[in-house]
Amino acid sequence: MSNTYYTRDHEYIRVDGDTGVVGVTDHAQHALGDIVYVELPEVGASFKRGDQVAVVESVKAASEVFAPVTGEVVAINGALEKEPGAVNEAPLDKGWFYKVRVADRAELDGLMDEAAYAAFLKTLA
Amino acid sequence: MLNNQGRPTAPAASAEAPQRTFTTNRALQLEEGLIFEHGRVDVTGVDMDEPETFALRLGGLERMAPIGLPGLSEPEAMRHYVRLSQKNYSIDSGLYPLGSCTMKHNPRINEAMARLPGFADVHPLQPVSTAQGALELMDELSRWLMEMTGAHAVALSPKAGAHGELCGMMAIRAAIEARGESATRNVVLVPDSAHGTNPATAALIGFAVRSVPANADGTVSAQAVRAALGPDVAAIMLTNPNTCGLFEREIVEIAEAIHEAGAYFYCDGANFNALMGKARPVDLGVDAMHINLHKTFSTPHGGGGPGAGPVVLSERLAPYAPLPFTTRDTTGRALVEHGHATAFGRMTAFHGQMGMFTRAMSFMLSHGSDGLRQASEDAVLNANYVRAGLADLFSQPFGDRPCMHEVLFDDKWLEGTGVTTLDFAKAMIDEGYHPMTMYFPLVVHGAMLIEPTESEPKVALDLFIATLRDLAFRVARGETGSFHAAPVHAPRRRLDETRAARQPVLRWTPPRPIEDTMAAE
Amino acid sequence: MRFLPHTNIERQDMLAAIGVGSIDDLFADIPAAKRLTAPLDLPRGKSEAAVARALSAMAGKNVAAASVPFFVGCGAYKHHVPATVDHLIQRSEFLTSYTPYQPEIAQGTLQMLFEFQTQVAMLTGMEVANASMYDGSTGTAEAVLMAHRITRRRKAVLSGGLHPHYAEVVRTLSRMARDEVVSLPPDVFAREALVDAIDADTSCIVVQTPDVFGNPRDLRAIARACHAKGALLIAVFTEAVSLGLLESPGAMDADIVVGEGQSIGNALNFGGPYLGLFATRQKYVRQMPGRLAGETVDAAGRRGFVLTLSTREQHIRREKATSNICTNSGLCALAFSIHLSLLGETGLRRLARINHANAVKLADMLARAPNVEVMNETFFNEFTIRVKGDAATVIERLADRDILGGVPVSRLLPNAGLDDLIIVANTEVNTDEDREAFVAALEGVA
Repeated sequence: MSNTYYTRDHEYIRVDGDTGVVGVTDHAQHALGDIVYVELPEVGASFKRGDQVAVVESVKAASEVFAPVTGEVVAINGALEKEPGAVNEAPLDKGWFYKVRVADRAELDGLMDEAAYAAFLKTLA
Repeated sequence: MLNNQGRPTAPAASAEAPQRTFTTNRALQLEEGLIFEHGRVDVTGVDMDEPETFALRLGGLERMAPIGLPGLSEPEAMRHYVRLSQKNYSIDSGLYPLGSCTMKHNPRINEAMARLPGFADVHPLQPVSTAQGALELMDELSRWLMEMTGAHAVALSPKAGAHGELCGMMAIRAAIEARGESATRNVVLVPDSAHGTNPATAALIGFAVRSVPANADGTVSAQAVRAALGPDVAAIMLTNPNTCGLFEREIVEIAEAIHEAGAYFYCDGANFNALMGKARPVDLGVDAMHINLHKTFSTPHGGGGPGAGPVVLSERLAPYAPLPFTTRDTTGRALVEHGHATAFGRMTAFHGQMGMFTRAMSFMLSHGSDGLRQASEDAVLNANYVRAGLADLFSQPFGDRPCMHEVLFDDKWLEGTGVTTLDFAKAMIDEGYHPMTMYFPLVVHGAMLIEPTESEPKVALDLFIATLRDLAFRVARGETGSFHAAPVHAPRRRLDETRAARQPVLRWTPPRPIEDTMAAE
Repeated sequence: MRFLPHTNIERQDMLAAIGVGSIDDLFADIPAAKRLTAPLDLPRGKSEAAVARALSAMAGKNVAAASVPFFVGCGAYKHHVPATVDHLIQRSEFLTSYTPYQPEIAQGTLQMLFEFQTQVAMLTGMEVANASMYDGSTGTAEAVLMAHRITRRRKAVLSGGLHPHYAEVVRTLSRMARDEVVSLPPDVFAREALVDAIDADTSCIVVQTPDVFGNPRDLRAIARACHAKGALLIAVFTEAVSLGLLESPGAMDADIVVGEGQSIGNALNFGGPYLGLFATRQKYVRQMPGRLAGETVDAAGRRGFVLTLSTREQHIRREKATSNICTNSGLCALAFSIHLSLLGETGLRRLARINHANAVKLADMLARAPNVEVMNETFFNEFTIRVKGDAATVIERLADRDILGGVPVSRLLPNAGLDDLIIVANTEVNTDEDREAFVAALEGVA
């Protein structure tokens, strides 16, 4: 059973206990191209599911990142400030955006698992 | 015996491959460092006598630390900027088909007129009794713009197109406030194909943006506008001709629907070059429209400005025009600068881009009513001639139908070739052309928007079309490598924009602190 | 028509190639009832000579600054611009090129902008500057919006020494954007208590130095007070030459510096085009409006320049952009940059000293004149005087004697009860004869 969930806006959240690691998917980084800047939320801020929580910029585009679940930001990946390219290189690993304390685990049920997301990507092609 | 010691007059049979040069210059392509690298803080190219010693009256606020500004003698300055200039493409040197930008010929009589001391050397706050000719020119420009657009008033002060948009939308907001509806009318309709300044302007003054989808034929239908309308809608911002180069055929019905719903019609006038003497926007139902004097009326773009964006207003919006404006009293022309009951406020410190007004007036007087109409007709003729010359090879998103002053292609014809719109544009650079506008409008994939303007002779268009056709054949032959490498003959190859954005270097930084440099000298 | 290349035969050939019978077939999408059939009610085209005659006649009705003793300032200044500047900005490749969207064939404009940004940053004492705004007043309004974005507050406090037209531009935009503005009353003697105006909702304080009445302002205490309460200090200047002699706003801890660059390289032009200078701290660069040129390398590893950080701008961010600005003041920035390169640090400092010395001379002459009171103890090249009676009338009478003597404060602030004040500017172009003529005439009319 995977602990990673996906949104239709190409965010992922990998849940461990009551916290989750949020970032954008490999599909998203590929579509955006070379990422040059990531605007992260502040630690301690709270967001509702679907709120704009970050902005990711390539040379020619800026995209909003929406909170996959409701909760408080408990950590951010400060390394992205110096190395935004990490999102391109390893979006699910060192390219993560922020950690959230998941307020309501039931919200995860509304997200896609890996297989469902893979199937969803096929519909976009 | 024949003397064969003279100067050879034919190139050697086997010309060698281009060699590296010591200087990295390539004949007329001259490399040039930054002024900070060859200027010196103790050099000046302006001779002035030091004033006699006197007691400063600055209240102890004088600058103590060095600034670090380099100076150049006059010959050094001349050479630096001439060398820089030679790295630029320009309308004076070749066809500049940037769609929606209207890169037309910039007549030099306009420059001469703007530099007359009676215009250039006049202060905005000197007594109006000493600037009657300047006010006369503003009035005359207004008269021409009103006649060409059917408007009731002109706000001259906006400094560029986007500033004009802001002015027009502020007038609309003021009119809505005057009706007591400012709490409820907060939405502006903007088609997806709009220039980015439209939604940015609406958002700047707190309007919410609601997008309107375009039809399959690239235009906006009255039906789609009606569907988006409601009591919360303040205005629509529509470009006509639109950014796809098409005239909005249902514009009259759209204007009626907008007005029935109690909203206003803002028209982006970026493409007015297609309509001079052919149709008047206010007759079509427009309430406000900016006019880019730097597009339609040929004031030079100057590498990104200055522009000028006067806004023409319908009778409904005329009372809300911003300060200042001209008027007449018993002694002559006057300026209203304060205390007007319905004017919505002030856009800028002074009276607008006078230097651009003079140039535009010179352009208008040169053309006259007959010439302006002919200019629009030739602009539309030229765009359609390019369309006809490329239609069999390039793909058009909305089918092969007449366009206005610019023609839009997409990248469907490049699908599967390994060549993108960007590659194609860069290959045009090697052929000696400035690329067309690309990837705009956003609603068309890989857009290529070509606006030749009325300035191009038929022979230049024929060569342009032949060049683009030859490039298309090279794509078809699979010569993708040359497209990916292009440009190779420009002063620079493709530049690394990712690096520029990831580690922004936005200024020169001295290799060591300025104070140390000064101490060493 | 001399600008239109086609012959009628060529037009016919082109219509045939397009496959339409007449030019009007290409305009068929315009509703028939709205198509113009008659010519516009405007004159027919004119020869170049006739155009020159018509416009020269209008120009002849204006009094050019160079033709009279001239002391008008208040946001636009008469300086000598070297002939080299106007020659260079009329180079085809600068004058008739577009915004540098294709960097491979626009390195001239891009390198110039990079140099300009560096010069502006140095002059203002800031870390970064943009590629220009329309003018000082619109730049000030944009600076206020930027401060609101950074502080997430929406109240600006405007000093009573801010140019009244700048204040009006800020108030207009703020009212439309539903942001709050507190305008302090006109402050002739620079005695206002700006620090007391800062509260927990204040996003920024906007202070001009030298202020509109000519007083140089010490910004350090205001900056400290702003920063203590989480607000930003926006420093404004309208006379760029003053920065050759006065402490930079950056050195006095301003967060955003915005100003009018007209007085270096650019003519008076009856108010435009001018040049908005805009500089800030590196940490705020992503909230800055306007274009930015940045350094990078090309595919062959050579240094080159591009427009960068464009995701702040309207063409990408649309309704979420930092500003709607698109066209800026490129050619005016070039004129500024060339003039400043010619001056260099040595020339700029000397020019500033001459301006100050001339103003000191004039102030001393006026202080000795009957019926005139000099209001300023400190100033750069501009100060305020009090005359007996209505200042606007005095200025009109001086104009009748071919002297342009300054700006009556009532022209800027008609209902402030300051009708006896005149703001007088004195730059390097004024001679001793100009000053003597001015003082003598003033004695005659005041």
